[in-house]
Amino acid sequence: MKILCAVKRVVDYNVKIRVKTDQSGVETSNVKFSMNPFDEIAVEEAVRLKEAGAATEIVVVSIGPAQAQETLRTALAMGADRAILVQTDGATEPLAVAKVLKALVEKEAPGMVILGKQAIDDDCNQTGQMLAALLGWAQGTFASKVVAGDGKVAVTREIDGGLEVVSLTLPAVVTADLRLNEPRYASLPNIMKAKKKPLETVTPDALGVDVTPRLKTLKVAEPPKREAGIKVPDVAVLVDKLKNEARVI
Amino acid sequence: MANILVIADHDGASLKPATLNAVTAASKIGGDIHILVAGKGAQGPAEAASKVAGVAKVLLADDAAYEHQLPEDVAPLVVSTVKGGGYGHVLAGATSVGKNLLPRVAALLDVAAISDITAVQSADTFERPIYAGNAIATVQSSDAVKVVTVRTTAFETAAAEGGSASVEQVAGAGAAGLSSFVSAELTKSERPELTAARVVVSGGRGMQSGENFPLLEALADKLGAAVGASRAAVDAGFVPNDYQVGQTGKIVAPELYIAVGISGAIQHLAGMKDSKVIVAINKDEEAPIFQVADYGLVADLFKAVPELTAELEKAR
Repeated sequence: MKILCAVKRVVDYNVKIRVKTDQSGVETSNVKFSMNPFDEIAVEEAVRLKEAGAATEIVVVSIGPAQAQETLRTALAMGADRAILVQTDGATEPLAVAKVLKALVEKEAPGMVILGKQAIDDDCNQTGQMLAALLGWAQGTFASKVVAGDGKVAVTREIDGGLEVVSLTLPAVVTADLRLNEPRYASLPNIMKAKKKPLETVTPDALGVDVTPRLKTLKVAEPPKREAGIKVPDVAVLVDKLKNEARVI
Repeated sequence: MANILVIADHDGASLKPATLNAVTAASKIGGDIHILVAGKGAQGPAEAASKVAGVAKVLLADDAAYEHQLPEDVAPLVVSTVKGGGYGHVLAGATSVGKNLLPRVAALLDVAAISDITAVQSADTFERPIYAGNAIATVQSSDAVKVVTVRTTAFETAAAEGGSASVEQVAGAGAAGLSSFVSAELTKSERPELTAARVVVSGGRGMQSGENFPLLEALADKLGAAVGASRAAVDAGFVPNDYQVGQTGKIVAPELYIAVGISGAIQHLAGMKDSKVIVAINKDEEAPIFQVADYGLVADLFKAVPELTAELEKAR
């Protein structure tokens, strides 16, 4: 079975972002970028499935600017076999990304597509579900365990009240939650080897996909600031403040 | 004005409060509000939905295929309902069920989905947090149908009584045959549900082990509070993952949030910084949590938490 993995280049999760003064977006120049943490987990899971003999080839895809090549090289260093960059300028919405991925799925015919459950920049949590819908495939979202069997995959999902197990007919789309696995670090020899692995670049036009945004961002603003309060010396004062000042107990 | 379809979140027996938050968001858009209840033997939730104030009609799709809310089966039902009823909006609470289902519905309708809105500006313009809540984007949709999930803590719950909507049976295509439910393992708790609790007591890495969580549970019981946790506490195995508060866990906005042994990483703050009053108990006075806490106590939690529990006991 071939596995397709989608990865996104995002502002590193440790960066304290700044909103642009003209409220057109978030400052992204001179900011550290890295692979979306949920996508690292998706790649790791694909590599583990290959190591376990359940997968034969791993193709990683990223949709974004030329710099997304670095993100793809990282995935190749983790163990993916080859990469495809669908080069775009500007941000692409989940629906457009899902359509691009659908076009690639039709070309590559994978048995499973693994994505992260959400990107930490737009926080949408949509792309995997949309891709499954467009392909008419089953979806196993927020996965914390994936067991590939014969023609089926059992996915343990994180739900609000606990966990749920669903059985999906393959081919299927799976989105990774944080607890699915712990991604490995790419070793230096693997990083060197990854430089020689194939990386193909295409455009959305070549795939016949229109990536024009459907939503218009009118503005991006800072959230209301929360001021630091006071420090209390002991528990008795804390209880008194909560009771008589904040009136919450 | 086109009608609004709200997708009910329920467990077959009762309606989840997230549905009521979604109804409130729908009432800010304007138009008749209909609730779709898809399930098996879901008379109970459908009747509860018909009593919700402001609801004009309840659509009940009763079919064994909808018992576990599998999106492969429910999404086509929502799509046929939207197309047949000429709805302009589809809303659901941003719960694990809503987040799983609505993007699938949106793609089948070939429209963008708008996740986790925190405000309605007009029928086509919404506010939503991005970058773990560190920025608020205002977005406008030009699609014919707006598919929206609602951050439950950003909208009041609609009154559960006072409405008298009619319940109408609808039929869908049934099982798509792509997926099946195998089992569920739910965390049992006597305490209030985390996202709906008035008070939340949360523990972090500072708790050191799962065996120390009863300290927080004793405090929570005194306050009628739910118990939450940071990702560090969940990853260390102290508590199950559905306790997790944060960007990748649950978003809460209680009246009182007590953070115990939690440093306050941005991913955690994204899940709780809209709480009305925040209390931090941490022995590290440089911990970032103190920058958002209304009341901070620099102390060893193993001493401070039992003291606080005792003090509350005394105050009764």
